[in-house]
Amino acid sequence: MSERKVIMGNHAVSYGVKLARVQVISAYPITPQTQVVEMLSEMCADAVLAAKFLKVESEHSALAAVIGAATLGVRTFTATSAQGLALMHELVHWSAGSRLPLVMADVNRAMAPGWSIWPDQLDALSQRDTGWLQLYCESNQEILDLTLLAYRLAESLSMPVMVVYDAFVLSHTSEPVEIPDQSEVDAYLPALASRTKLDLKTPAAFGGLTSPEYYFEFRYMMQQAHDRALVLMDEIGAEFGRRFGRNYGALETIDCDDAELILVTAGASSSTTRVVVQERRRRGQNIGIVKLRLFRPFPVDAIRRVLRKARRVAVIDRNLSVGCGGIFAQEIRAALCDLSDRPEILGYVAGLGGRDITLALLNALIDDALERKAEEGYLVFWGLKEETLYVER
Amino acid sequence: MPFKDYLRKRFFPHIWCPGCGHGIVLGCLLRAIEQLAIGKNDVVMVSGIGCSSRICGYVDFHTLHTLHGRALAFATGVKMSVPRLNVIVPMGDGDALAIGGNHFIHAARRNIAMTAIVMNNRTYGMTGGQYSPLSCHGDFATNAPYGNIDHDFDVVELARAAGATFVARSTTFHARQTTEIIRKAIAHPGFAVVEVLSQCPTYYGRKNKQGGAAEMMEWYRDNTTPVGSKAKQQNPTLIERGIFVQDAGKPEYCCEYKKLVERARRGAS
Ligand SMILES: Cc1ncc(C[n+]2csc(CCOP(=O)(O)OP(=O)(O)O)c2C)c(N)n1
Ligand code: SF4
Repeated sequence: MSERKVIMGNHAVSYGVKLARVQVISAYPITPQTQVVEMLSEMCADAVLAAKFLKVESEHSALAAVIGAATLGVRTFTATSAQGLALMHELVHWSAGSRLPLVMADVNRAMAPGWSIWPDQLDALSQRDTGWLQLYCESNQEILDLTLLAYRLAESLSMPVMVVYDAFVLSHTSEPVEIPDQSEVDAYLPALASRTKLDLKTPAAFGGLTSPEYYFEFRYMMQQAHDRALVLMDEIGAEFGRRFGRNYGALETIDCDDAELILVTAGASSSTTRVVVQERRRRGQNIGIVKLRLFRPFPVDAIRRVLRKARRVAVIDRNLSVGCGGIFAQEIRAALCDLSDRPEILGYVAGLGGRDITLALLNALIDDALERKAEEGYLVFWGLKEETLYVER
Repeated sequence: MPFKDYLRKRFFPHIWCPGCGHGIVLGCLLRAIEQLAIGKNDVVMVSGIGCSSRICGYVDFHTLHTLHGRALAFATGVKMSVPRLNVIVPMGDGDALAIGGNHFIHAARRNIAMTAIVMNNRTYGMTGGQYSPLSCHGDFATNAPYGNIDHDFDVVELARAAGATFVARSTTFHARQTTEIIRKAIAHPGFAVVEVLSQCPTYYGRKNKQGGAAEMMEWYRDNTTPVGSKAKQQNPTLIERGIFVQDAGKPEYCCEYKKLVERARRGAS
């Protein structure tokens, strides 16, 4: 029987890891991820979870240790945030290139300096070109569910998957979460049968020099895996729905069919956006939401299908690629650019470094998005305080 | 200048828990600088991340609050650029010897003139009391509910072996001695390591049933002994404190670099 518990996002991920029967965990503590590590080390120590927990001296070592374990064909987990993920970067590339089915939780936190422990999506988005799949969560339930789904994806594709959720807003906030029954999870997620592994009976060499004759094809195959992920995500997301009653696809679309304006969101601020949009609907305004769940691979076709019908699209990015703009907005523009009937796309950057994305802020954003001249909407900083005080000279 | 004038008062109140040892280390450090009569503008303090590293916020010197574990690497750049500066690097035990362990041994090996202060509370205070590479075998921590199976470093032996030319240990109970040691360390013309046992009552103390701050400091009083003392021979479990290495003879890195440039210039002309 499944049970319902009121738990924080960090514990939702820990329950997911436990239900996935992970065998090796390695992580280094960093705010706001620490409770993930603490709960898992307790679960391991109490033998509630039959996993080995490797305590290491940095995130770099944590991911390296997990790579070592996964090479032997065991199911692994690590979790980090911001600076920790940046420190892992070398191995983030390495693990994807090695085609290892790792799962990692990243708690979205702003990059320093200035030192900040608050939400901002740039840490995970800075890893977008590594080959890791990325799933963005809106609620603690989604964190648990997508952790399980991530193992299915990872192991079907031999590709690593990152489960991403907002610092504090989810990591430290308690919500009711349905914790599925172990036997049902076992049926959904069978034991790992790794394709690339160090088989003790058949010696093999890993990580060798790759001449220009082969490297290119390796990368091409990684792309093929991502292409397959797009189909698979919807399949195993639907299977999840059949088994557990909650459906997951690459995107979630809310009231988009007749929408004049569609807001695009990712992460916890999607919930706030839902509330604002519901109220607008009641007032007769045709507004919809596209919530990005899968960001890598980028679901280009699905995005084109849903957005092309709208007159306007306003993308809310809690991240900034300095010198370019919000990252989700850029990718959406690229996905739509060759459609002749494409909507106008406005790019809003909001809530950087944990500045709250409130109902009032979103309401004002919607008003602005309905009115603004399209040619002045390429990059809009939304919610800056006293703009004129902060002028770069 | 009275040592209180070295404080950056606008950053108070500080973030440390009541009874935290890190404030005592700050007091000792400022008294040492006062005794040496060093001007505010001649000190650069570089720290990483941790409760200990917050020390950087409270002093009115040039301060760089950098990345977890990387303070010594940043400091090396500072020192090499303007070698006359007094570069002081306060670090937590995790900062200095877990994530930053590599920088620690290499700074020692180079013998670059700066003062590394390891504020050893045997835990990661800032992130909630996880075990560190200075937690002892069997210690408890928030992520070691049944005891730690790792072994700890001996900072003194590690620094000595890596080539540091000034190596000392003290505790927050022995505040006067700590001040004196830090003073000598700052004046030392080479890489100086000062380990200060500094209590974290909030996590290490609680998890290991060591009582409050006062009890933890009494533990330092009762379980340490001056280096080379008879007491140590009788009771090998005592932790020695004092100056272990003080060698002003080994060439210092910035001086060597300068000489190298001169040699190269002479060779070229
Ligand atoms: C790359 C990276 N990983 C992890 C952290 C999180 N973190 C901040 S301080 C700290 C450890 C602090 O322990 P210590 O250095 O012993 O200092 P204390 O707080 O005990 O004084 C950790 C793990 C970080 N800031 N950056
Ligand atoms: S957690 Fe420990 S180290 Fe940090 S301020 Fe509190 S007592 Fe000091």
